[in-house]
Amino acid sequence: MELEPGAFVKEKILRVQEYALLSAAGVGNLFRRPLYVADIFAQADLIGIGSLPIVILTGFFTGAVLALQSAYTLSQFGAKSITGELVSLSMIRELGPVLTGLMVSGRNASGMASELGSMQVTEQIDAMRALGTDPIKKLVTPRIVSTIVMLFFLTIVADTVGILGGGVVSAAMLGIGPSQYFHASIDILRYPDVLQGMVKPIFSGFIIATIGCFYGMTTKGGTQGVGRSTTQAVVASSVFIIALDFIVSRFMIGAFGR
Amino acid sequence: MTPLDAPSATTPATAARDAEPILVFQHVALGFDGKLILNDISFTMEHGETRILLGPAGCGKSLLLKLANGLLAPDSGTVRLFGKDLRSVLRDDLYSLRANTGMVFQEGALFDSLSVRENVAYRLREENRDEELIEAKVREVLQFVELEHAIDLLPSQISGGMRRRVAIARAIITQPALLLYDSPTGGLDPITSTTIIDLIVKERDVFGGTSLLVTHRLQDAFTLATHAFNATTQQMERIPNRGLAPNTKFLVLNNTRIVFDGGLEDLLRSTDPFLQAFLA
Repeated sequence: MELEPGAFVKEKILRVQEYALLSAAGVGNLFRRPLYVADIFAQADLIGIGSLPIVILTGFFTGAVLALQSAYTLSQFGAKSITGELVSLSMIRELGPVLTGLMVSGRNASGMASELGSMQVTEQIDAMRALGTDPIKKLVTPRIVSTIVMLFFLTIVADTVGILGGGVVSAAMLGIGPSQYFHASIDILRYPDVLQGMVKPIFSGFIIATIGCFYGMTTKGGTQGVGRSTTQAVVASSVFIIALDFIVSRFMIGAFGR
Repeated sequence: MTPLDAPSATTPATAARDAEPILVFQHVALGFDGKLILNDISFTMEHGETRILLGPAGCGKSLLLKLANGLLAPDSGTVRLFGKDLRSVLRDDLYSLRANTGMVFQEGALFDSLSVRENVAYRLREENRDEELIEAKVREVLQFVELEHAIDLLPSQISGGMRRRVAIARAIITQPALLLYDSPTGGLDPITSTTIIDLIVKERDVFGGTSLLVTHRLQDAFTLATHAFNATTQQMERIPNRGLAPNTKFLVLNNTRIVFDGGLEDLLRSTDPFLQAFLA
């Protein structure tokens, strides 16, 4: 059934309101008892340790290909020696946080949406409510906390491995000595660069968890609905991660001048 | 089964027991997408009463059940659970009130990633009970539903009938003041359905709890009204001399409204054309 424009806009606004309320309740529950600490650790294991292999692989090869591509361009200006600086800055300020966010989004926003969506369509979430448990407290808050914390550390891993990947390619294929590469990589970094790279995963983690949980908790329409929620969660969280990356970058550059 | 010394089970429910009816609906209406599903629903459930909710498919029986414990909020009217108006209670208080009700969902709604033990123990774990007590209570309640052998299995490893029995065990483990059954025999074969009804009768007669039960199987409803649990033989038996179970009443919904509220004899004697056709 086609919705009229007015009804369509109203529906979208209501969805945004629903998302805002769920996110606010998810964060607000941190200050209300009981806090499901065991669930936080279980989710941290699932999200953090479970995502480690894809984050390491993505980070390593991103750093490697960045070194390869930039060295070719830089060599045309006789500046191949600053390959390390370019890889390091790009990884820490931009690629590490964004790519880690996208990888974790693909893996965990979908996982959250499908898990909670399945619970929703099989009345397990209603059963939880009927048993006297707040499902936002039990299911959403632990996912928000663990995604933010683990994404922060996963981004540090991705940055480190990415710079290492660039170093391996520089030494093995570009004729840049490891010492020169790593010195350049470290020397170029300033406090605002690191800060920018560390702030982004906090926002990305929040987006991944809240969007994954939101689509899961509002799933309708049986197994087909679960599939739809899963796809929408990945698409929405990926787009928002990139959009928010732009906003945070602009703000940090404005605030720190680099 | 010994009663739990549950603090949450003694707060609003027990206090309300003597003073207030367990559940009161006053002019409740609920609709979706502009269509009215329930309209002007009013009834009262006293302590120890079993109310069987009948009606054609899609008439809002399950919705009424969800209104009873605040899983849904009415568009208008008042639902009072344990003497408290559900519209005026705070969110955390609503969860406390719900902890004093047990609900058996249509398909069981067991947590599929948890074992039978974990499902049944869920509420006790939420209350941070001692592990030894939890294990003892879980085994006791699984014995009650004759499923102790399935304690370590996952819901996917047991049959539909067993899942309903686990759901009953999960609902009654803290002996809540009000039990809500949503089509507990729906989709089951006649033998398994009888086993479930047997359990519900046993729960009613052993613990004397209050329950609201949705069904569209008339034979289940009549069995509940005409049978009782014999503690000596440990079996459900027909009440002698065409007797009826005391405090077991019927509520019939049709076309958004309650069309009957009373005992089995009145139901069978009704001259209402819909009721006659429904019972035929």
